[in-house]
Amino acid sequence: MSAENLEREPLFSAKNKKLLLGPINKDNPITIQVLGICSALAVTVKLEPAVVMAISVTVVIAVSNLVISLLRNTIPPRIRIIVQLVVIAALVILVDQFLKAYVYDVSKQLSVFVGLIITNCIIMGRLEAFAMANKPWPSLLDGIGNGIGYGIILIIIAFFRELLGSGTIWGIHVIPKFLYDFGYVNNGMMILPPMALITVGIIIWVQRSRNRELIEKN
Amino acid sequence: MQELFNIFIKGIFIENMIFAYFLGMCSYLAVSRTVKTSAGLGIAVVFVLGITVPVDYLINKYLLLPGALSWVSPSFASIDLSFLSFIIFIAVIASMVQLVEMVIEKFSPTLYTSLGIFLPLIAVNCAILGGSLFMQERDYLNVTEATMFGLGSGVGWYLAIVAIAAIREKIRYSNVPAPLRGLGITFIITGLMGIAFMSFMGIKL
Repeated sequence: MSAENLEREPLFSAKNKKLLLGPINKDNPITIQVLGICSALAVTVKLEPAVVMAISVTVVIAVSNLVISLLRNTIPPRIRIIVQLVVIAALVILVDQFLKAYVYDVSKQLSVFVGLIITNCIIMGRLEAFAMANKPWPSLLDGIGNGIGYGIILIIIAFFRELLGSGTIWGIHVIPKFLYDFGYVNNGMMILPPMALITVGIIIWVQRSRNRELIEKN
Repeated sequence: MQELFNIFIKGIFIENMIFAYFLGMCSYLAVSRTVKTSAGLGIAVVFVLGITVPVDYLINKYLLLPGALSWVSPSFASIDLSFLSFIIFIAVIASMVQLVEMVIEKFSPTLYTSLGIFLPLIAVNCAILGGSLFMQERDYLNVTEATMFGLGSGVGWYLAIVAIAAIREKIRYSNVPAPLRGLGITFIITGLMGIAFMSFMGIKL
């Protein structure tokens, strides 16, 4: 950002801080806005792919928010969805090629879910709701904030699923051996896909009972 | 013939888009408040998946795969365009949705009005792009198999959204703990339904 903007508004003013930190709890993309659940759940069996996915989504959402925000005055409203999809798809191709080159094993585990970042509703949702109407710097912050909010939920789910399901964290055994001798068994249920949904349900439960104002009316 | 039927059934039950892969969850959660609207969206998804998967199959086979362009001229045999598949697939889906919308509007206005807003929204439904990407990953032998896979996944998605909508209509009368109301309980019910659907996994087709 240029110096004149710095004079008008400090880079991390209260408003901008809220943009960055809001999505992490009270305005979380997964548990409150209900966006981006599609690809969120299938990659959370182990911690490592979840972290890679969280970083990829944060990069794509932040950069696409920035690009669309820079272009926002030149995009004709009629074809904006196509323009947004092309920007997102180009970024996702870059991320995909990067993952294939540097972390090939994880990229194989994520399989189609890297491609599915394109139709991840968080990205389209933030572009439509925020980047089309705001300046580049707040849009970048909003993108990073939402990416982190998404990533945190992903990492919490993956942490519990890996710990309870395989007794490991990041591939390292953490449940001590003597517990197994006493008859402790890894909960195989946690590795199955449906348990991801139930874990999200429990996270929502905990979050909403701590913030009563988030409770739905119906 | 039996092979085709197997792929269809597999798409509906064993590899169900919602319960096994969580694809299309966003619209699944957002539109499942009443059975009527969710059935409309479900039919539109079956329709679009049944068209886009075979079209993407042909594009993948004759344009994108390594050496796929050799039917144009032998000198193109070394070209590999598969890195373009994401952008091409999403473009095909967006334009197909537009096309389907126009065709339905012309030939069946009643279906068009009943689908309403859902048709354009399908372009960004992950289940559609997911269908094409799974098709690419699984190497179906010919275009009929790909079509059956597309239709089967669509019907599976339809079943899932109608089932959850019916449950949500009933659960409105029960006393759910306040913080779980709405979204939370829907997640947990979907999880339980997913566990029930896992029983199909033992079936070998």
